[in-house]
Amino acid sequence: MIQALIFAAALAGAPTPDAAPALAFKVEHPSTKYPGEEEVADYPHAAANAGAQPFEGDRMWRAFHGQAGVDRVVDELVDRSLADPRISDIFKSHDMVRLRRTLKEQFCYLLNGGCDYSGRDMKTVHKDMGLQNTDFDALVEHLQAAMDHEKIGFRDQNRFLAKLAPMQRQAVER
Amino acid sequence: MLLCAGALLCAHAAQAQSELRPSGKLLLTEGVSTIEGSGGGGIATWALITGYETRDGIGANVHATGIQLPDYQFRAYGAAVGFRDRLELSYAHQEFDTQGTGVKLGLGRDFTFGQDVYGAKLKVVGDAIYDQDSWLPQISVGAQYKKAAQSGVLSFLGAKDDAGVDWYVAASKVFLDESLVLNGAVRATKANQTGLLGFGGPGNDDYHAEFEGSAALLLTKRLAVGLEYRTKPNNLGLKEDDWMDVFAAFALNKHLSVTAAYVDLGEIATFKDQRGAYLSLQAGF
Repeated sequence: MIQALIFAAALAGAPTPDAAPALAFKVEHPSTKYPGEEEVADYPHAAANAGAQPFEGDRMWRAFHGQAGVDRVVDELVDRSLADPRISDIFKSHDMVRLRRTLKEQFCYLLNGGCDYSGRDMKTVHKDMGLQNTDFDALVEHLQAAMDHEKIGFRDQNRFLAKLAPMQRQAVER
Repeated sequence: MLLCAGALLCAHAAQAQSELRPSGKLLLTEGVSTIEGSGGGGIATWALITGYETRDGIGANVHATGIQLPDYQFRAYGAAVGFRDRLELSYAHQEFDTQGTGVKLGLGRDFTFGQDVYGAKLKVVGDAIYDQDSWLPQISVGAQYKKAAQSGVLSFLGAKDDAGVDWYVAASKVFLDESLVLNGAVRATKANQTGLLGFGGPGNDDYHAEFEGSAALLLTKRLAVGLEYRTKPNNLGLKEDDWMDVFAAFALNKHLSVTAAYVDLGEIATFKDQRGAYLSLQAGF
């Protein structure tokens, strides 16, 4: 918690915690940077947190119809997952506003759309969720459906899935 | 989605799918049933464990396969169960019907060779689908106990035995970024025509290392096309050719798939150029 505040302060270029009144930190907390999101304990930011290297060139970014397409795919993916009784419970206690934002960042980063991924690494975000392969595969199905919905070509879908597939090892715990 | 014509039908199909689909792997990436019952292509073995279930459960399927050749008809049916994406147990019954050719062979019309194949396959290392960041394929080892019918005729032909065990190592890799599936297997076997004509031959009762390979291209979520090749020993002194085919596999959904192929089984029991149509239906979960 304290670390989060320090981090927030550092981000905003605020003075050191002991020098500033507590109220000032609240104002600069990430929840204000990303409206509607719950606060998250501090963590090291790194592009490597995205879990894979981005594609080269702009071919994949165009295949996904740029930022607008990625936004639609992620929203469709999350909507479908929330509507799926097999896995919807997993999402219940989590911040869906933050999930949508960080997923969009992650997809954009991996598709070489020029975004920074500001989220946590794959191991940390899935820790203690008790995910099984079945859950991971259900999510992949919804992603496929979302990509179908966006009319992304099958082979480009597979290229993207190839980036995500190894994350199974970090996401699945049992 | 290929199958739905109107908006209403599509909606219905989508709903049915979300209700019926249990869990599992990507469509078609778990292969179909070989004629010997194990998960694979039609004639070549894959390292993948049959069924769409992952390590969280049990997958199973049944299949029926027919091949019409110029001088013979081949039929097979069987079942396979995959446990936790780790162990596969399979059974297949094969019939090789000589039809009218039986008369020319002096065996009588519709004389039918056959065998039962009991298989076990164990996934040893790797994951063909998840490990996209590694070159390591999924590797499995397996064994097939085969018991042929018509032992009298088989020993007359020169076969040493009417039963035998094949041992194999198979490697499979799904190259998702290329939508490509590659498989290779090495089989230690004494089988003549995979066992339909018994095991071993005159002065030859040794195991031979034979190769099975296949490549499949995933064209859509539901359609894959590819080719297979399988080498075979030549124990009986009758000419025995390698087998090959080109195939198309279509998944209607996660429960039903159809595989159609054009197969070249070469010379079988002195009858040359046994090329024909292969059709296999598989149902499973």
